[in-house]
Formats: sequence, C-alpha cells, structure tokens
Amino acid sequence: MTDATRIDILPGELMAKALKMKTDGYRIIQICATRVPGGYELVYSFGMEYEMVNLCFSVGDAQEVISISGIYSPAFLYENEIRDLFGVNIQMINMDYKGNLYRLAQKAPFSNK
Amino acid sequence: MSVISFSKTILYNLFHKPYTRMYPSVPRVYPARTRGQIANNIDACIFCGICSKKCPTGAIAVDKAEKSWSISRFSCIQCGACTEACPKKCLTMMQAYTVPGAVKTVDRIVQKPKEEAAEPPKAQPAAAAKE
Amino acid sequence: MSTRSIVPFGPQHPVLPEPIHLDLVLEDEKVVEAIPSIGFVHRGLEKLVEKKDFNEYVYVAERICGICSFMHGMAYCEAVEHIMGVEVPERAKFLRTIGCEMSRIHSHLLWLGLLADAFGFESLFMDSWRMREKILDMFEEATGGRVIFSVNKIGGQRKDMDNDMIKSFVEILDGMEAHLRELAKTFLGDYAVKSRLEGVGILTKQQAHDLGTGGPFMRASGIALDTRKRGYAAYPHLEFEPITSDIGDSYARTDVRIREIFQSIDLIRQAAALIPAGDFAVPVKGFPQGEYYMRVEQPRGEALYYVKANGTKYLDRMRVRTPTFANLPGLVEVLKGCQLADVPILILTIDPCISCTER
Repeated sequence: MTDATRIDILPGELMAKALKMKTDGYRIIQICATRVPGGYELVYSFGMEYEMVNLCFSVGDAQEVISISGIYSPAFLYENEIRDLFGVNIQMINMDYKGNLYRLAQKAPFSNK
Repeated sequence: MSVISFSKTILYNLFHKPYTRMYPSVPRVYPARTRGQIANNIDACIFCGICSKKCPTGAIAVDKAEKSWSISRFSCIQCGACTEACPKKCLTMMQAYTVPGAVKTVDRIVQKPKEEAAEPPKAQPAAAAKE
Repeated sequence: MSTRSIVPFGPQHPVLPEPIHLDLVLEDEKVVEAIPSIGFVHRGLEKLVEKKDFNEYVYVAERICGICSFMHGMAYCEAVEHIMGVEVPERAKFLRTIGCEMSRIHSHLLWLGLLADAFGFESLFMDSWRMREKILDMFEEATGGRVIFSVNKIGGQRKDMDNDMIKSFVEILDGMEAHLRELAKTFLGDYAVKSRLEGVGILTKQQAHDLGTGGPFMRASGIALDTRKRGYAAYPHLEFEPITSDIGDSYARTDVRIREIFQSIDLIRQAAALIPAGDFAVPVKGFPQGEYYMRVEQPRGEALYYVKANGTKYLDRMRVRTPTFANLPGLVEVLKGCQLADVPILILTIDPCISCTER
C-alpha cells in the first residue's frame, strides 16, 4: 500500500493546479490545515481511482487564499471549516457561511494565538 | 398464494416464544469479558499509583500516605488500561455495570492495617513497623 | 406563479439518528434548493491531541462515533504504526479485519432498520435491529463492550479471539444469513417499499464523481471503487469485488448495502479460514515522528486519517475526513427536485453519521 504523492506548490499556483487536476479527472478528497510555526500548512488532496495526490503549501497568519469552490464545488464545506476553526483567510467561497458553520464560543480555537 | 404463505407466518408467530427476556425477573447473563466496572483487591495493593497515571480520564486517585484508592465511577470509561498496567494484578474488571444514580459517586477503599488480619505473635513487629 | 417558502428540517426529527439542520426552499411541494447547516455535535476532538498522549488518544479516536467506532480506532492505530514503522503481526491484521467486517454488518443492519422506520414499516425496523443484536452480543463476547470496544492499540490488539470463539461466530453468522435473505426479500421485493424507493433521488455517475462522494452512495451510481482493495489489514488475502449498481436511485443504494452485508459475512468466513496462529500484539517503544495519510473503507464510505507527529508524546495534528462530510454536497444535489415527503428518505440514503462529520 503506497503513501500519497506529495507535491509542494506556491500559494499563487493553487488555482492553476486545481484546474489541471479537474480537467485530468481527479476528484477532491479533502482539504486540511495544520498549525506550523509562523502560520498554517494547507494540504489539498485529490484522488484518481485509488491513488492520492497532495498539493501542499504554507501561508502566513493573515495571508489571503482564494477558494477552489469555483472549480470543485464540494470544497465549500472544507474551506468553511478551516476558516472557522483556524482563522485562515479564505476568500470567494461559493457557499459562504460567514463564520457560522460551527457554533463556537471562541473565534478560531485551533489557531496559533 | 399470499394467503398460504402468510398463514405460515401467523402460525410461526403464534407459537414462537418472545424474543425478549422478562428482564428484572430473568437476569441478563453477561459474557466473561464484559467491561463493567473496576474492582480492587485492596489487600494486595501497594499504592504505587501506576493505575492513576495510566487512566485516560483521571478517574483513579491513589493516596500512599493514607493507603486509600478511590475511583470516580462516572468518569471511568471501562477501558481496562489500569487493569493491564497494575504490577500486582490486584485490579480486575467486573462484569456488573455501575448502578445508575442521581449524583456522581466516588468509591473510596482504604487498606486496613495488617495486624487485624494476622495472628497476635506475628502482629507485634508488624504493628511496630507501621506506627 | 408558484410561491417559494423555506421550511426548516431538523435538527430534531424522528427520522434522523443525529442532529443536522437543512433549510429547504420549496415551491409548493417540490424542493428547489437545500442549505445544510451542521455543528450541533461539534466536540473539538481534533484539539485533544494537545492534551492526550498518542497512546491514550486511541480512546478518544474510537469515541468519535458509536456506529463506526472500531474502524476509527483501528485506522488511527494503523496511521501511527506506519509512522513509527511498526509491523503488526499477521494474526492481529486478521482480527482487525474480522472486527471491521462485523462492524460493517451491524452498521448496515442499523441503517436498514432506520430506513424501514422512515417510511413507517416498524416491524421491519424491529426485525433488522433484532438481527443486529446478535452481532452486538458477539462483540461483547469478544471485546467486552457492545458499542465501544477499546480493543485496538498501537502495535496490535489488546485481546485475542481464540479459534473456538471465531468458529462459534461463523456459526452464528451462518444462522443469521438465512434470516437475512428473508429480510432482503422484503426490502427489495415488497410493493410498498419499492414505491417509496424506486426512482427517488437519482444521482448520475458524473455527478457522483464531481461531488466527491464515497461509499455505497457512490457505488450505487456506477463507480466501482472500494478502498478495501488498496490492501490494508488482511484484505490482500481476501477475495472480493466492489459491489455496484447502475441505476443510482434510493432503491439501488438499498440494494448495494444489502449485498454488502452478504459480502461481509463471506469475508468473515474467508478470514476465519485463513487466520494464522501467533502473537496478536508487538510492544512499541519511542515516539512517532513524521506524517501519514491512512484511508479505510468505513461502512459509509472512504475515511481519511491524517496524523502528523513531531517526536514528542503529543501529536501535532490528527485530522479525520469522514465519509458523511464528503457525501453532504451529494445530498444537497440529490435533494433538488424531489418532493417534500421524500426528504427524510433521501437524507437517510446517504447514511448520515453526523457525529463523525463534526467530531
């Protein structure tokens, strides 16, 4: 059983790479955020049959990330969750819950602060 | 035809005994491995505190000075980590579940000093050592 | 000119096993759009990695959900074992596989009961759950618990199932199989059931692929992917094929899940015949360092576990992407164009496990 293929990209390349994945026929598996010193690491996982490809990049605390929900419509759930829990600034999500996806007592509980 | 097949079902249901048991009068027999609640054979316990460290919820509290072992019954998740970790194997997992209650109970067991159980001639040095 | 109204569905509803809220935009009786709203059972379990060391976290991981409990614990352990390079003994792999398949049978039987309850067929609901009781009794005999098993640990299993026990389980399953075939005949052949399920909520193959769905929801639309074929635990030794259907409506999803129950019984028989003797756990020392993505086939679909460790006893990140989270966009799509009375059935056909979704 092989592990997933990890591809490190720059934040600006996200849209172009996501569009290429879509035209190649990959389906979206998940989007994950991890705290790293100085910001967050975002991992976008795409799958074709049984193989998985991960696009990884790091962003700073307030850096803006453009949503891929225009290309992959189910991404809105993952991106709303990351914005609610981590406070990563994701813009232009197609179904935007404006911070109300989870009813949290504290804003961005998983964040670096 | 459906009349005939349905009458088979009717006769089956008429003569079959109920699938449920009459619970309080017929008690449930639990299998041997059922994780109900933790019991401590307090006389064998050496109060090392390993069970308290291994407990994921912090339900066990051990006091070596007072020789007491207490467990908060409603915090225990019956995982069995304490039973596996105990060096003297004095903890066992009983099959009976904790009795439901209106308040969260804490069971505290204190080890009695050994001179009450031993014979009088041997008790003197033991009692002297414990004092 | 029809008027639009918004009807809230949930979070409390007799048909839902767990709370989810949907705002249904209706034109007369037809649903035009559905906006999901989750977050009623959010417990923040992913943040507990900062407080519980990686050995104790198994207890938290298996309590993410009560129905899929075994596989959550197992997948977490497998992810950490891959990071640490621990090779689990063969017997433990087979025991895990048997536990997984028993978990799948009881989850599908639970779902069948809920589906029958949703269209009012209560005696079928009670019968399915009575069959499920036999599996729960088997679990209690083997592991000590009916719902939460606490039998997975990093390095293998905490308790063994000896060969007599496994043989008795296979015999119980053989006895169940005859009754399950009767149950399947009612689910798939009864006129009242068919009229509620056929043609309701069709999802095409292209839509299922684009929306990133998984599990029986996706396989009923014709995509033949089953994560068990990737070969974790003891699955490389077992023979099976993904079960699919080409139609893509609720009837097809019921059919796929019923056939999966029989496939699981067959897999348990195969595993019981092949299980080797030996250890069921290896001791594990040290702390993990690295990251790993583990994918397992839960009863509801493909679940992904991402574990990142940094060499101390607390993990950096543990993320679970559960199948219902991936199926929710599919649910929103399937609800468009259906009648209001079909909404409970359609929500149930994705097999919603909201505690998993919101950890």
